[in-house]
Amino acid sequence: MIMHRSNIFQLGIKELRGLLRDPMLLVLIVYAFTISIYTASRAMPETLNQAPIAIVDEDRSPVSTRIVSAFYPPYFLAPALISQHEMDVRMDSGVDTFALDIPPNFQRDLLAGRSPTIQLNIDATRMTQAFSGGGYVQSIVSSEVSEFLSRHRTNTVLPVELTLRSRFNQEMNKGWFGSVTNVIMAITMLSIVLTGAALIREREHGTIEHLLVMPVTPTEIMISKIWSMGIVVLLASAFSLFVIVEGLLSVPVEGSIALFLVGAALHLFATTSMGIFLATVAGTMPQFGLLLMLVLLPLQLLSGGVTPRESMPEIIQFIMLAAPNTHFVILAQTILFRGAGLDVVWPQFVALLTIGSILFAFSLRRFRKFLR
Amino acid sequence: MNVAPRDSTPDVRPPVARLEGVALTYGKIRALDGITLDLPSGCMVGLIGPDGVGKSSLLALVAGARAIQSGHIEVLDGDMAEVRHRQAACPRIAYMPQGLGKNLYPTLSVFENVDFFGRLFGHARHERERRIAELLARTGLSPFADRPAAKLSGGMKQKLGLCCALIHDPDLLILDEPTTGVDPLSRRQFWELIDSIRASREGMSVVVATAYMEEAARFDWLVAMDAGRVLATGTPQDLLAKTGAPNLDAAFIALLPEEMRQGHREVIIPPRDPADDGEIAIEAEHLTMRFGTFTAVDDVSFRIERGEIFGFLGSNGCGKTTTMKMLTGLLPATSGIARLFGREVDPKDIEVRRRVGYMSQAFSLYTELTVAQNLDLHARLFAMKPEAIPARIEEMAKRFDLTEVMDALPDSLPLGIRQRLSLAVAMIHSPDILILDEPTSGVDPVARDAFWQILSDLSRKDKVTIFVSTHFMNEAELCDRISLMHAGKVLISDTPAAIVAKRSAHTLEQAFVAYLEDAIGEAKEKEKAPPETLSASEPKPIPRKTSASRGLRHLFDFRRMFAYTKRESLELQRDPIRGALATIGSVILMFVIGYGINMDVENLTFAVLDRDDTTVSRDYTLQIAGSRYFTEKAPITDYADLDRRMRNGEISLAIEIPPGFGRDTARGDPVEIGAWIDGAMPTRAENVRGYVQGMHATWLAQKSREIYGDAATIGDFQLALRYRYNPDIQSLVAMVPAVIPLLLLMIPAMLSVLSVVREKELGSIINFYVTPVTRLEFLIGKQIPYIALGMFNFFLLAGFAVFAFRVPFTGSFLTLASAALIYVAVTTAFGLLLSTFMKSQIAAIFGTALLTLIPAVQYCGIIDPVSSLQGAGALIGQIYPTTYFVTIARGTFSKALEFRDLAGSFVPLLISGPILIGLGASLLKKQAT
Repeated sequence: MIMHRSNIFQLGIKELRGLLRDPMLLVLIVYAFTISIYTASRAMPETLNQAPIAIVDEDRSPVSTRIVSAFYPPYFLAPALISQHEMDVRMDSGVDTFALDIPPNFQRDLLAGRSPTIQLNIDATRMTQAFSGGGYVQSIVSSEVSEFLSRHRTNTVLPVELTLRSRFNQEMNKGWFGSVTNVIMAITMLSIVLTGAALIREREHGTIEHLLVMPVTPTEIMISKIWSMGIVVLLASAFSLFVIVEGLLSVPVEGSIALFLVGAALHLFATTSMGIFLATVAGTMPQFGLLLMLVLLPLQLLSGGVTPRESMPEIIQFIMLAAPNTHFVILAQTILFRGAGLDVVWPQFVALLTIGSILFAFSLRRFRKFLR
Repeated sequence: MNVAPRDSTPDVRPPVARLEGVALTYGKIRALDGITLDLPSGCMVGLIGPDGVGKSSLLALVAGARAIQSGHIEVLDGDMAEVRHRQAACPRIAYMPQGLGKNLYPTLSVFENVDFFGRLFGHARHERERRIAELLARTGLSPFADRPAAKLSGGMKQKLGLCCALIHDPDLLILDEPTTGVDPLSRRQFWELIDSIRASREGMSVVVATAYMEEAARFDWLVAMDAGRVLATGTPQDLLAKTGAPNLDAAFIALLPEEMRQGHREVIIPPRDPADDGEIAIEAEHLTMRFGTFTAVDDVSFRIERGEIFGFLGSNGCGKTTTMKMLTGLLPATSGIARLFGREVDPKDIEVRRRVGYMSQAFSLYTELTVAQNLDLHARLFAMKPEAIPARIEEMAKRFDLTEVMDALPDSLPLGIRQRLSLAVAMIHSPDILILDEPTSGVDPVARDAFWQILSDLSRKDKVTIFVSTHFMNEAELCDRISLMHAGKVLISDTPAAIVAKRSAHTLEQAFVAYLEDAIGEAKEKEKAPPETLSASEPKPIPRKTSASRGLRHLFDFRRMFAYTKRESLELQRDPIRGALATIGSVILMFVIGYGINMDVENLTFAVLDRDDTTVSRDYTLQIAGSRYFTEKAPITDYADLDRRMRNGEISLAIEIPPGFGRDTARGDPVEIGAWIDGAMPTRAENVRGYVQGMHATWLAQKSREIYGDAATIGDFQLALRYRYNPDIQSLVAMVPAVIPLLLLMIPAMLSVLSVVREKELGSIINFYVTPVTRLEFLIGKQIPYIALGMFNFFLLAGFAVFAFRVPFTGSFLTLASAALIYVAVTTAFGLLLSTFMKSQIAAIFGTALLTLIPAVQYCGIIDPVSSLQGAGALIGQIYPTTYFVTIARGTFSKALEFRDLAGSFVPLLISGPILIGLGASLLKKQAT
């Protein structure tokens, strides 16, 4: 089939003009790529942040006092000193994530070598803090106890130090990565809505039928929607990266934003095709809205942007390989934070291109049927 | 067709509506320009005039559907600017907006549509059923009571609209172009119906806007309007006498100001040049189209010669549009062949399309592009040479008189001009064939004449073949040949004069109606349908309304509220896919997400740069490699290798053991082990750090014991970790109680947000404007079905969580269920609030996704606890209702909590619902502005 580049261009221009006539939508786009990203990034706790902890000090000895005073912001909220009875109530109502119970005569037993036990209660329903915070509490208590002991005994601890350094994000600032994850989410959400919902609207208003009596092929209609909406989202994300992420949030970007934007373009190819596909499946706007939610939620939560992919069951990891977001998140991490080049991220580029092409071919077939 | 002469002279009674200095502007466009007018009561008042002169605006103002901008309007003895009077008056007014079935709900059946209006006006069930039965019988709709409104023909839709308008016995009936786009037979039946209703309802005033002058001639009193002003008023006879014109069409043109009349002349199409005969431009052979069991077009054949104007007549839904679509290749025919210039129509053949210009029935140009942009786009799509385009656009603009509106948006233009634009677009590439589907529907007489003059020139001068469908008899008479179509079949095909002669009728309209009645008569005998289906039955007096319907409470009436509840739930029922998506889809999602999100990171990759390579260093490495958290990769060779492998993400942790590690450890000398963590994804890095520190400590303790023996136990202590509420640290157990609130936020919000925006976009919002329903009744009424669906969803999710996924439920289910009820009420209210200020469905969908997904996932304690958030996000987390429902869900699922433990979290939920609905109600406008 011969494709007319001019048709594709003209139809795309038409899409862009249409977008300009919906001010509310423009406001939402601006919001999604600026305020929403800024707020989300600033809200994210830097590593373990202000974890609520309570301490039941049944010993009230120098060592227990020492432990109590070792928890302070920003990692922990100032610990609440409570009774054992209060502990259950507070954990039940979700006030504390951690409750440390120092038993009576802890210091005495410690010095006598009776190996006493401190109990650390962790609210396991708060999984983010539960694991990383647990480790912190453990090491804080240990170091306080050993410093206390250093005055009371000959050296029986090996002087082996573990020096931990975090690369690519020294402070493990979640906001850095969070801001990029949010840009990715905004890109995905907007590109699917713009192409998909716009297609349904055209059909509800009968304009799509009008196009079909003209010498325009479905392929041309589809490509025109993809490039025009793709450009809008790409520009918005470039703006967001340069001005909001690098500028306002001063996230140090190690790699090349240009390369990232090439990746974003490939991602957009896949998501805009997905938008058209969903529109052809849904048929009506209310159905499209629901489908969108059902698709966006896993894309947001399971692509590796919110929780690490390694932690997901293998089957989920495998299924999510079919989602463009998964590859895009990996690509973004690798390029933007680890400063890697094309030699490293090419598998993601290939994956995005493949997913995009399959979705494109598939939705083109459905689109042709949809027009009938 | 006869209107009984009325004894009541309009002048005796007080006018039904008084307008004084009424003006209205839409942006820069002036729709009404200082109208002062009294509309007499108790009779038929007609508004006539071209499109876009302000007829519809005037009617909308009188009906109270649109807010008054300036001037003073009194209807039924009260000021329409006053809310109180509008509330009192609107049960006495009925308003049928322009557009076929615009205020009807397409998926609801005939009965359900009327029933909805009955409820809005507060009739009790028996009363409603009696009235509906009577109205449907009188309009002949009884046999179709169960048919969805979308599947009615245009005439039937208008009759149904009339039933809906008459259900509450109005004193003032306002009809905005009720018969536009309706075939002559249905039109005649419609007016007979109005007459019989007026005969039985003494004193009812009717105000009608119409584009058909022959209809206007039968009205009692007319208002001729032009350019937002009143040209003249009076009885039809007055107007004729005043202008000395033979008919109203002529009289109206005579009333127009001089400059408007210019250029108008009667259309006379010269006879065709016999020398042209021969070449066949359009040919249909046994064309048939079936949709499932329904045959839309049944064995239609015709041949149209080059340069001929061929008219296609028939009632709505008779198959005209389908035939045209088959000719253009839009629809592939089930059987039969269509040819254009001898070439078979092939939907894949792009070249044929270049020779055809098509104008569809509905205005289908891009409303977001200006007139010039529309013309330009189409010229380019037809691959005209770019250098030729500006000249061609200018030529078209001149020919179709569009020069002055080139930069306007189509929506701001009157229908007549829009139709000219559509024709200009269809003509831009100089096609040989024009296929026009009801091009002049709703266009005023002057514009229609101009339009036909253009068609005449095209046919006779440019030899363009024109295939046109119409409802106007005077247009049909202008065609060279016409075909009458009914129920998918062509009844007759001949020249207009020959058809009139064959039936020995006086006019084409009579002949047409006669053919139709024959065809329907035959069909009816076959179907044995009751005879009253098509003619209005004998007028029966409709009883005066009972006081019950008037004595409704103004502020909040449950019956009106339930009218919307019923309507909304019927629509939900008719769309089972939506219900299935909402319920089954969410169960699948709950599982996938609950199973997928896991904070217990395993299989982290690490590698060691071991510069010591002794048993001690290998022991240290084994400590890490042996844990379930880490997987060891090939050893690192040097720093470059380390850098490369961290950069490409192959390893998340690199350990460097210094030379002499074993020796120094044995001696008790200070040693430093280096560890690098990939911090690109902080959550993962955090876990790695915790694990490594823990393992390092364990290794140290072991080593110390080996080296120092029992002395090391001094100061030894244990730290017992107790993971509460989820001792096995299963992600499903931790995540499911958090995913349920997410799903119960997003899905009900998405369902409810479209329910209002959709009415706005598709036009039925007008029912809310002109009926006594209040804003709260409207919103809450719409909300109830979605709350019900949300609760069903909740029980489904909770059931699956407990019984299928085995998530232990330890607390009070009653507490969780009641919290869910409040929460779903809040989330649907949130959707409704959004929908009050969104204008398009696209913006509503995007806005809902943006404003639910991101805050709920990030700020509501699902991943990070709210207490550790900061800045604006922390604030959002504290006010967002999901936060509190997450606490309740986790408390009841995992923490064995009862109501009294969680009462604190109920308070914010209980407060936010009324706030959201209240905000929504205050932002919702009860009139169009």
